Amino acid sequence: MNARAEAPRRHRHSAGVQLILDFLNRLPPYRWTQARLVRWGITGRTLATAIPYFWLLLFFLVPFIIVLKISFSEARIGIPPYQPLLSWLDGNVAQINVQLKNFANLILDSLYWRAYLNSIKVAAISTVLCLLIGYPMAYAIARAQSTWRHILLMMVILPFWTSFLLRVYAWIGILKNNGLINNFLMWTGLIDEPIVMLQTDFAIYVGIVYSYLPFMILPLYSNLEKMDLTLLEAAADLGARPFKTFLTITLPLSLPGIIAGSMLVFIPAVGEFVIPELLGPSDSLMIGKVLWQVFFTKRDWPAACAVAIALLLLLVIPIVMLQRAQAADARGAHR
Amino acid sequence: MATNPRPQQQLAVWNDPQAVPYVHIDRVTKKFGDFVAVNDVSLKIYKKELFCLLGGSGCGKTTLLRMLAGFEEPTSGKLFIDGVDMTGIPPYERPVNMMFQSYALFPHMTVEQNVAFGLKQDGVPKDEIAARVDDMLKLVRLQQFARRKPHQLSGGQRQRVALARSLVKRPKLLLLDEPLGALDKKLREHTQFELVNIQEQLGVTFVVVTHDQEEAMTLSTRIGVMNAGEIVQVGTPKDIYEFPSSKFVAEFIGNVNMFEGRLIEDEPDHVRIDSPELGGTIYVDHGVSSAPDAVVFAAIRPEKINISVEPPEQTDNVAQGTVKEIAYMGDVSVYLVQLASNKIVRVTQPNTYRHAEASITWDQTVYLSWHASSPVVVSE
Repeated sequence: MNARAEAPRRHRHSAGVQLILDFLNRLPPYRWTQARLVRWGITGRTLATAIPYFWLLLFFLVPFIIVLKISFSEARIGIPPYQPLLSWLDGNVAQINVQLKNFANLILDSLYWRAYLNSIKVAAISTVLCLLIGYPMAYAIARAQSTWRHILLMMVILPFWTSFLLRVYAWIGILKNNGLINNFLMWTGLIDEPIVMLQTDFAIYVGIVYSYLPFMILPLYSNLEKMDLTLLEAAADLGARPFKTFLTITLPLSLPGIIAGSMLVFIPAVGEFVIPELLGPSDSLMIGKVLWQVFFTKRDWPAACAVAIALLLLLVIPIVMLQRAQAADARGAHR
Repeated sequence: MATNPRPQQQLAVWNDPQAVPYVHIDRVTKKFGDFVAVNDVSLKIYKKELFCLLGGSGCGKTTLLRMLAGFEEPTSGKLFIDGVDMTGIPPYERPVNMMFQSYALFPHMTVEQNVAFGLKQDGVPKDEIAARVDDMLKLVRLQQFARRKPHQLSGGQRQRVALARSLVKRPKLLLLDEPLGALDKKLREHTQFELVNIQEQLGVTFVVVTHDQEEAMTLSTRIGVMNAGEIVQVGTPKDIYEFPSSKFVAEFIGNVNMFEGRLIEDEPDHVRIDSPELGGTIYVDHGVSSAPDAVVFAAIRPEKINISVEPPEQTDNVAQGTVKEIAYMGDVSVYLVQLASNKIVRVTQPNTYRHAEASITWDQTVYLSWHASSPVVVSE
């Protein structure tokens, strides 16, 4: 059946669905339930839209509130390892015990804010590197012949078929002292002793840039691919050389793609734990690692929750920027 | 009032063998794979001309224009602009500007910035850019919209921005790709005259691509009719309309009644054609060059046929038929008259006085007649 032609008509179903609906409509309980639900203002449409809201409520908002609650409590030894916020004195006086010291510690203890700053620095540098590497790639894919375009896009997405963890582990094999790179360089005689790459900041950057590059390329590609190429011809016609055309036309018009891609790299990179843990030096100060240590090593749940809440607040600005960029990109497509 | 650029100004440069063409297209062919988009086209366009390339979609007119702009390179042949061979010269180094069919306005720039873009590329000083942009916006009457973005403008306003942007660099040659295609009829007519005005004011050579014969007639000094990658006829709008060189041109430009027939009398000062379709003979008061007994077509424009209820006095060039359709258009009425051979003849009559159309009704027997100078004899 032609989906495009059918789409505008509502309440039209494929033959199979129609058969089931006809059958259900013959059953009194179904008709009765449906009539009741409609009377209460519940239709199939509201049910369908309720599912994502329900999902977000259950798996995002509720855990967030739990984390928020724990972040305001005090650590103790026991199960659970934190004091309840609300307790009863003498059985009839309610006592609310709100602790702000977990948040105060984030500022007072230099370990925390240095970890935040370092994470932002690492994420920012990685984002710029991803942009510098990803933009030419996205551009090349968007301008390639359509048969090639699909193959190239496939190659960008292909790594996702392997587990993220495995791919990061693979980098250990490449970067370690007797790994692929060092062995190759020693074999060619370019170096006499291995270059230490694993467990350095360099390895963290390699890992983050490698892992998050597709998140930069895909939004950039989708932006560049729908660009009106006659604009480039018009610029050339008005006397702009290709590089000037790129700077004055292509680059500003791809700004929504640049922002979207950058945020998609920056946001997860700030909280990255696996890559600095596996590839970075043992003393690397990344907030994700600190969070892990506070939670599992120090077993201080409230402090760990405060770290997480602060991280979330820190990322609100880039998240809002991302949404703006995506909205702007969607608007641009309608023009 | 501006219509076609006045002929005395132009004095038909194209008839002067000494004249140096401004644009010289010399045996240009363009192939895309196996498809021949432009086939061995030669054309000379002179300074200050408003030349229209007219043809249906896929006839190669846009490809020819894009080759002049430098977006495509000819597969063979050469293009000269102002005597300079354009082979290998990129678009940004050509003394040419183009107005795109889609206008191709930069969506992230204001009207002002769009118009200034070309001047900035040339490193024109800031104050001069401002002054020239302002002049240009004045010319296209868009001053109050200078700070708007393209998406805040109407179709007609965008079209004027595109025109201003392509003219601000004072190109010697302006290429226009379906410049009025996206406008509604009223705005179109208005802009046509505006274009001609601007062309006269600035003395720019225009090459316009269009599929709209009315647009071509109104705008141009000369028209090049294209079909299947070839130029089939070049001439003034009047030449093309009154003296089409082939059946294709006659049918492409305006409406025409085509009568198939054979030459039965072929004299230098007149010919006579026997046309079974018409059910009689056609007498033409000028000679034609065609093999005797050859199959020819007599093309007669609908407005050159007179329709009457009484039999006309002339004996030649008369046909009898029945009125099948009448369309009242206001200024004219169109009659479709069926001849004995079932051939439908289209006739237009001006409604010179009120109720002029009322004297002829459906299914009435009428007589069609025309002057001996009216038919044009063409071959396939």
